[in-house]
Amino acid sequence: MKPPKFDYIRVETSDEAVDLLAEYGDDARILAGGQSLMPMMNMRLVRPQVLVDIAHTSDLQGISKKVKKIEIGAATTQADLGDWINLSSDLPLLASAIPSIGHFQTRNRGTVCGSLCHADPSSELPACLMLLDGEVELRSKKGARSVKADDFLIGVLTTAKRADELAVKAIYPIAQEGAKYAFTEFHHRHGDFAVVGIAGMAFNNRIRVAIGGVADRPEVREWESLEGGDIDDALNDFAWELRGSDDIHATAQHRRELVRHLGRQLIDNLHSQKNHELPQ
Amino acid sequence: MKKFSKEERYQIRFTLNGEAIEGIAEPRLLLTDFLRHEIGATGTHVGCEHGICGACTILVNGKAVRSCLMLAMQVEGSEVETIEGLADQDGNFNALQQAFHENFALQCGYCTPGFLMTLSEYLKGNPDPSMEEIKVALSGNICRCTGYHEIVNAAFDAAKEMRKN
Repeated sequence: MKPPKFDYIRVETSDEAVDLLAEYGDDARILAGGQSLMPMMNMRLVRPQVLVDIAHTSDLQGISKKVKKIEIGAATTQADLGDWINLSSDLPLLASAIPSIGHFQTRNRGTVCGSLCHADPSSELPACLMLLDGEVELRSKKGARSVKADDFLIGVLTTAKRADELAVKAIYPIAQEGAKYAFTEFHHRHGDFAVVGIAGMAFNNRIRVAIGGVADRPEVREWESLEGGDIDDALNDFAWELRGSDDIHATAQHRRELVRHLGRQLIDNLHSQKNHELPQ
Repeated sequence: MKKFSKEERYQIRFTLNGEAIEGIAEPRLLLTDFLRHEIGATGTHVGCEHGICGACTILVNGKAVRSCLMLAMQVEGSEVETIEGLADQDGNFNALQQAFHENFALQCGYCTPGFLMTLSEYLKGNPDPSMEEIKVALSGNICRCTGYHEIVNAAFDAAKEMRKN
């Protein structure tokens, strides 16, 4: 399997990439880590005329801490984020989720923004963005806008990003003082696509979970002061509301069972954690 | 900004196992195919060509990556390491290769370059891994001969040997 022909353009700044997207629109694709795009090109599921390589841009690199949020540049790899020194204190949910994203070899190239823009329903990073109510910053020649996860993630491999827009950064809110976070998923082998993935947080006597792999995008529910059997009932309701379907990896019934079982495990884990303490 | 036309072929330069090399590639040429067909470095094997099997794993700037998911264009100016660079100049195996040899960690050998390159990066970052950690680290490489036990044992032995240095 080899990709079809394309022009390859290596840009040095995000402005150059934005100009090219304005010029080529739908015919162009952004190449960052290429861990989703390249397989699709090799299988000829996508055939861009122009590939715009942003890996060497000076202004899309790195992770920066702002007030109450962490901004992750579009060329930043999942491995860079995993190695980031403040990860477990500022983004404990992502510290918990990153080891489940593909394999370490794919995390070495795959980017955080790339995974969000690819919008696979079973991916870890979109589920985490939904749970934390994060945003993606998009830029085109017409201007910039920040789109909330709930508006950004539309469906299977579908986002609110227009063809002339570049995702310049992912924005994940910093962990709240006293809140607890966890991520868990079921996969057939480590690194495979998750059959069901669950991101969860406990805060102010509330429980909030985001579930990936069942509906056509990660979905969120929030409950107040759930205990004992109420947790199981709430998860069972959520499992049915997600309207999962049978496919080669699992039946809908198996997915509901995973939502109930993993969900309960995750919530018990949240309850047993000690409160997250923000660094001074 | 540098533009490379789909209809043209371009000079690519990078370092392969410490040696400066150059070759010609069109934009769509995968790094695996560049290494094997343009350079003649056929130690890197091609399995699934969509990033699942791990056979084509190599190191780019010290990081293990799937060379079937990279274009030759993307490694311009980089440091690339492949299986050909593991043994010393006289052909003596390094500790990792020796451990695979002693543990019967290969049969047909097709997946072996990928396992070795994966472990080359992994054991640098985690020189004293548990069996469980090795299994997770190797989950991105598929072997259809050995059943993995020997590979995991070889990785464990190699780590032990490498810690003596």
